[in-house]
Amino acid sequence: MGNIDFSLVDWSRAQFALTAMYHWIFVPLTLGLSFILAIMESIYVKTGNPEWKDTTKFWMTIFGINFAIGVATGIILEFEFGTNWSNYSWFVGDIFGAPLAIEGIMAFFMESTFIAVMFFGWNKVSKKFHLVSTWLVAIGSNLSALWILVANGWMQLPGGTKFNPDTARNEMIDFWSVLFSPVAINKFLHTVTSAYVLAAIVVIGISAYYLLKSKHSLFAKKSIVVAAVFGLISSLYLITTGDGSAKQVAKYQPMKLAVMEGLYEGSEGAPLQAIGVLVDAPTDKNPNQKEVKMNIALPGGLSFLSFGDFNAFVPGINDLLYGNSKYGIEPYQDKIAKGKLAIDALRNYRLAKKAGNEDEAKQHLAVLNANYKYFGYGFYSGRSEQELVPDVPLVFYAFHIMVGLGSYFVVFFILMLFLTMKNKIQDNRIILILAVLTLPLAFVAQQAGWIVAEVGRQPWVIQNLMPTIAAVSQISSTNVMITFGLFLLVFTALLIAELKIIFAQIKKGPEAHSGNN
Amino acid sequence: MFENLPLIALQQYWWVIVSVLGALLVFLLFVQGGQTMLGVLSRDSSEKTMLVNSIGRKWDLTFTTLVTFGGAFFASFPLFYSTSFGGAYWVWMAILFAFIIQAVSYEYRTKASNFLGQGTYEIFLFLNGLLGTILLGAAVSTFFTGSQFLVDKMNLVTLDSGNMPVISSWQTPFHGLEAVWTLEHLAFLQNIALGLAVFFLARINANLYFINNINDSQIEKRSRRVLKTNTIFFLIFFLFWVIRLMFLDGFAVNPETKEVFMESNKYLNNLLQMPLVLVLFLLGVVSVLFGIFKGLFTTAKNGIWFSGLGTVLTVLALFFLAGFNNTAYYPSTYDLQSSLTIENSSSSHFTLTAMSYVSILVPFVLAYIFYAWRSMDKKKIDRNEVESDPHLY
Ligand code: HEM
Repeated sequence: MGNIDFSLVDWSRAQFALTAMYHWIFVPLTLGLSFILAIMESIYVKTGNPEWKDTTKFWMTIFGINFAIGVATGIILEFEFGTNWSNYSWFVGDIFGAPLAIEGIMAFFMESTFIAVMFFGWNKVSKKFHLVSTWLVAIGSNLSALWILVANGWMQLPGGTKFNPDTARNEMIDFWSVLFSPVAINKFLHTVTSAYVLAAIVVIGISAYYLLKSKHSLFAKKSIVVAAVFGLISSLYLITTGDGSAKQVAKYQPMKLAVMEGLYEGSEGAPLQAIGVLVDAPTDKNPNQKEVKMNIALPGGLSFLSFGDFNAFVPGINDLLYGNSKYGIEPYQDKIAKGKLAIDALRNYRLAKKAGNEDEAKQHLAVLNANYKYFGYGFYSGRSEQELVPDVPLVFYAFHIMVGLGSYFVVFFILMLFLTMKNKIQDNRIILILAVLTLPLAFVAQQAGWIVAEVGRQPWVIQNLMPTIAAVSQISSTNVMITFGLFLLVFTALLIAELKIIFAQIKKGPEAHSGNN
Repeated sequence: MFENLPLIALQQYWWVIVSVLGALLVFLLFVQGGQTMLGVLSRDSSEKTMLVNSIGRKWDLTFTTLVTFGGAFFASFPLFYSTSFGGAYWVWMAILFAFIIQAVSYEYRTKASNFLGQGTYEIFLFLNGLLGTILLGAAVSTFFTGSQFLVDKMNLVTLDSGNMPVISSWQTPFHGLEAVWTLEHLAFLQNIALGLAVFFLARINANLYFINNINDSQIEKRSRRVLKTNTIFFLIFFLFWVIRLMFLDGFAVNPETKEVFMESNKYLNNLLQMPLVLVLFLLGVVSVLFGIFKGLFTTAKNGIWFSGLGTVLTVLALFFLAGFNNTAYYPSTYDLQSSLTIENSSSSHFTLTAMSYVSILVPFVLAYIFYAWRSMDKKKIDRNEVESDPHLY
């Protein structure tokens, strides 16, 4: 396929990654902080204590600044499927469009309507209505996460659909299996709990800064209590859902799993790398092979994480690429050949249909149906199977950073909660400094998570059915380079503005928010 | 209930929903219109703050309507989504950038240490108002004047042709920008005229909205004055566009063979053959004019309700003209048979059915939006509020 413009594909991917990663700096804070706000305001309404109202209002200001840039960076994602992945939009638009539309109808309107009440309604509506509005903002934003993650989950495990050769696209046949796909549900739970963890860490980090400066101590301790409880519960749940995600990946995306662990030769009782470094170790079989060195590994850990059984077989990258007859794994070149059969059958089907030759069409259709599940592989006909392996180091390190940080966060929350309960937190400068330093790490873990999920599934836009090279819009890559540059420029400027504003608000402190009720 | 409807009924139902969202969007563009008049309508910073906060509490609603309009279009007519967004790349990118810079501007404009400075955020608001309205208007006009693209599903499976396996391909390197200089049938004039008409209509609605939403005699006086100019320009561009539309050749579909062909006076014929749409259209235009009349010649403050309703009805009628009565709503002048119709570009029966169930939510959504805003707008914005409340944009 000399006809593919690879620089176009790369630039389109770069642009999507850039915009998605920028968007995801802000979204988790919105998802998590909205619930923290709702909890704080509930305490205020319950106790009538105005200090809680000031506390709520301070965090609401931070929320608002972050929300605005989240919206700004988000609109492009909704439309980028069309602008840059137009072929994708046709091929699966029948399924993929629905969650996006439902997200708008069900979630965005709820969020945007009640956010206005939340910000401007303190003196205009009753206390109760205001509180309900704050909760609805939290529910609305989390609902929007549900729908978009259902869409993403479907790309990783495309179920509930059937390919229609006459329209040349996949069509939905079962809405509920799209919505309740196990991958989608896990993804949603893992993602929102990770967002709650992030928001808790942000609240604790900023509060710790105040304690270090011996300012606003009462406010800071109140905030830490709420955040630490919320964060601890969420982080425990986060590990459970992460474990669930790993099992889904093992089941449906074995290549991603092997890449996450840098596992080239599969085995029974495969170890889980706790730490390690990847070094090049080419072999005759696989010139790109790497090896994990300087590592500490848990024997049988990966088998257990993947299948809940310390002795289970986990296939490695080489097993998947070159096949493993003992475990019934087909080599990629066979899949590529079958994919090509499917693509050719679809063409011949359509030609026969056009010529009015129903019998012949039927024969081609049978070939298509038999090989359709390899359809995407066919686009690699005549190419090396190595192109079907994601970037191993990137995914490997991202995965280990995420998991390492996740384990650390649990300890962190326990420590914070313990010290606050004992009323000792303000005296422990080291812990407070640690809390401030932990804040950026929460963002690192978030980005790492998405790198695992998205780089790890390359080159598939839709697992096994459509690779990026067949999904992209046909525009010259110069156009995409220009928009990439514009996004980089605009989003970076806005990010700087956001950070400066937030720092200024933190300097001002919660006092600036009291008194004006 | 929906599953028993024939496909064509579902397609029509979804064309109506998309049209309603589009029509509401055009009405809600009063936020954008207002953003282009912050300077003209204010003399001091309190006045400007009143204006900004009056529309600032609605901007998110307009924004959300735009996003939902896009989402609903994607879900119901995915071929439009992939053809137009991937093809008219620069038009949509320009629209998106105009909305990206808007989204932060209200929140950041007056905040301390905002990096770019208050003036920049106000320029952002202005640009959003200018480009957002004109480009959306011009894009809608191409529903009647056509674009240059090819749709060929065989491309997906023709791997050795030297082409990319892409179904929809745009045929100009300008990716949509050519809409404002395409000479054929003077399409560029038509597209620009509708863009400017939408721009001035947004400003008219903003004038009437300010009159209603802000309790300040100076702003009211200035709004009524500027309304006059906006109305004159709106009428010039809108009448030019509509009258020419009636005489243009349109993109008709043969109901038997589904073949697309040019029909003279197609849109005039559509109006005459669909009397209900004609009534909608006339009611809409009269209602807009009545709202303007109230703003110009009476002291009433409720003009916005009439012009708003009128805007919605008029835009609805235009969408119906473009999509119903065997018409191709997104025509290709490059290859007539590639033109999109509500039949050849829609989602499957199953998806349209599922989405139709979701659409039952829409009235509830409208109801809570209405309720929330009534509670919030009971008390109008005034100088007192903006000078005492620090929680402002
Ligand atoms: C501690 C144990 C953790 C485990 C075992 C774990 C596991 C996983 C796995 C397997 C994936 C890939 C899922 C897929 O590709 O479908 C994933 C994705 C992700 N992770 Fe984690 N994770 C952990 C902690 C964290 C932490 C601490 C954060 C952030 C604070 C986080 C944020 C994410 C995000 C945002 C994604 C992408 C969304 C998704 O695919 O669910 N994870 N995680």
